[in-house]
Amino acid sequence: MAADMINWSLLALEPPGWGGVLLAGLMNSIKIALGGYSLGLVLGTGGAFGKLYGGPVMRDLMEIYTTVVRAVPELVLILLLYYAGTDLLNRVSAALGYGSVDISGLAAGIFVIGVVQGAYSTEVLRGAILAVPAGQMEAARAFGMSPLMVMRRVTLPAMLPHALPGLSNLWLICTKDTALLAVVGFSELTLVTRQAAGTTKAYMLFFCAAGVLYLLLTLVSGLIIRVIEARARRGWAAR
Amino acid sequence: MTSEQRTAAPATRVELPPEESTLDATALTSLPSGRALLEPHRIALMAVGAGIVFCAAWFLRWDWLPNYAGAIVSGVGVTLLMLASTSVLGFFLAVPLGLVQVTGPWWLSLPAQGFCTIIRGTPLLLQLWLLYYGLGSLFPQFPEIRQSFLWPYLREAWPYGVAALTLSFAAYEGEVMRGAFTGVPRGELEAARAYGMSRWKLFWRIWLPRAVHRALPTLNGETVLQLKATPLVATITVIDVYAVISKVRQVTFLTYEPLLLLALIYLILTALLVAAFRYFEKRIPTRSA
Repeated sequence: MAADMINWSLLALEPPGWGGVLLAGLMNSIKIALGGYSLGLVLGTGGAFGKLYGGPVMRDLMEIYTTVVRAVPELVLILLLYYAGTDLLNRVSAALGYGSVDISGLAAGIFVIGVVQGAYSTEVLRGAILAVPAGQMEAARAFGMSPLMVMRRVTLPAMLPHALPGLSNLWLICTKDTALLAVVGFSELTLVTRQAAGTTKAYMLFFCAAGVLYLLLTLVSGLIIRVIEARARRGWAAR
Repeated sequence: MTSEQRTAAPATRVELPPEESTLDATALTSLPSGRALLEPHRIALMAVGAGIVFCAAWFLRWDWLPNYAGAIVSGVGVTLLMLASTSVLGFFLAVPLGLVQVTGPWWLSLPAQGFCTIIRGTPLLLQLWLLYYGLGSLFPQFPEIRQSFLWPYLREAWPYGVAALTLSFAAYEGEVMRGAFTGVPRGELEAARAYGMSRWKLFWRIWLPRAVHRALPTLNGETVLQLKATPLVATITVIDVYAVISKVRQVTFLTYEPLLLLALIYLILTALLVAAFRYFEKRIPTRSA
């Protein structure tokens, strides 16, 4: 009986079906997740180095950044950064005489997710850097390497295996956080699913289909993460 | 037992789920200490901060605040109620979820594992909408449900919010409980068995208390994460503090003020939560090596 109730043709890729729309939404989600995660890694590397080696003011500012982002819900941060951020940017460009700028939803989404992820990865990377024996960095400095070279040749490669479990988990959090952009009207997977479900009234079918897509993304990411972790740890003694 | 045998016995390494290692990175679990607050650069920073707060209070519009003060307070109440009820319910669900994964038969442990994987692998917003729109659209088709005593509740939004948040908390904490049950030293369980305790008594007196004790440090972070998840219920028309502020935004067309206030409210709530956990953690005896 239940099998007759499900209208599978709704998931067809061609326009009467909504499968193509869902896949396009998934692609948008992945794009935002990749962009936001990369931006977060850059911010996080800067934040971690600022927190560990920066001056007193730098350290305090980084502390405020990570404290606020870790204490305020992502949904609120996303609204704040999305609306207040675009409004501020428009005002600045208007004051400079450029007129209002049109910010693409993709760029805004990547920026928003990136700022949130940046605080998370700051904490992960800081912990990983602290796990590297100080003697290794001291030795590099004693050989006359500049701070940037120490970072590139010693600190970053040595901390990577320590950071990977945390970073891979942040990636999974990042893919799920993209769903929150549905609230600001960006057509990623969750929002297009809701639109498809609302149009066809087949709520269960579409939400379950989107869940399968998210789950596949998580599981495939898990497989890739396992390969990367095995490679990063190849110098470690087997445990 | 000779020393050789003792070293040969495999040390059971506790497999921490990845969440546990990133919990501190994604949820605020400790408050900054106020000890060195009077360093010169901090005083300068605080002066700048006070200037920003003054500008915000002076130049931004706050005249809507008195009209909505009552609604905001009741919204905070709904948020806290959601947080408390779903955390407690979720924890009670997490204990059996963790237990059956460690010691249950395959027909219990496999579904539990699948449940945790599915909930942790999909966004909470999607689960919430699946329950509210999906189940909510299925229920009216069954006359048995429409005539049952549950129907007045099932027509409202909050049961779906509570259900989604509870399941989510249970899945994440269930994974923690699995690690906690595995991590209880085998010798303690063997000792209890040697004293002739039955399986039930062993579970209630030794295994469960020790596992809960091991899981306690994660509760702080999980609860903060749960607080950060509660505003999602506003998307299914539950009137929590986030929904109240959204209403203010629609009515007043203000961009900054309501959202800044909302962020401040959540900052304070998180700080209170962390302080409360610190208070209770101090009262629980621990032995740290």
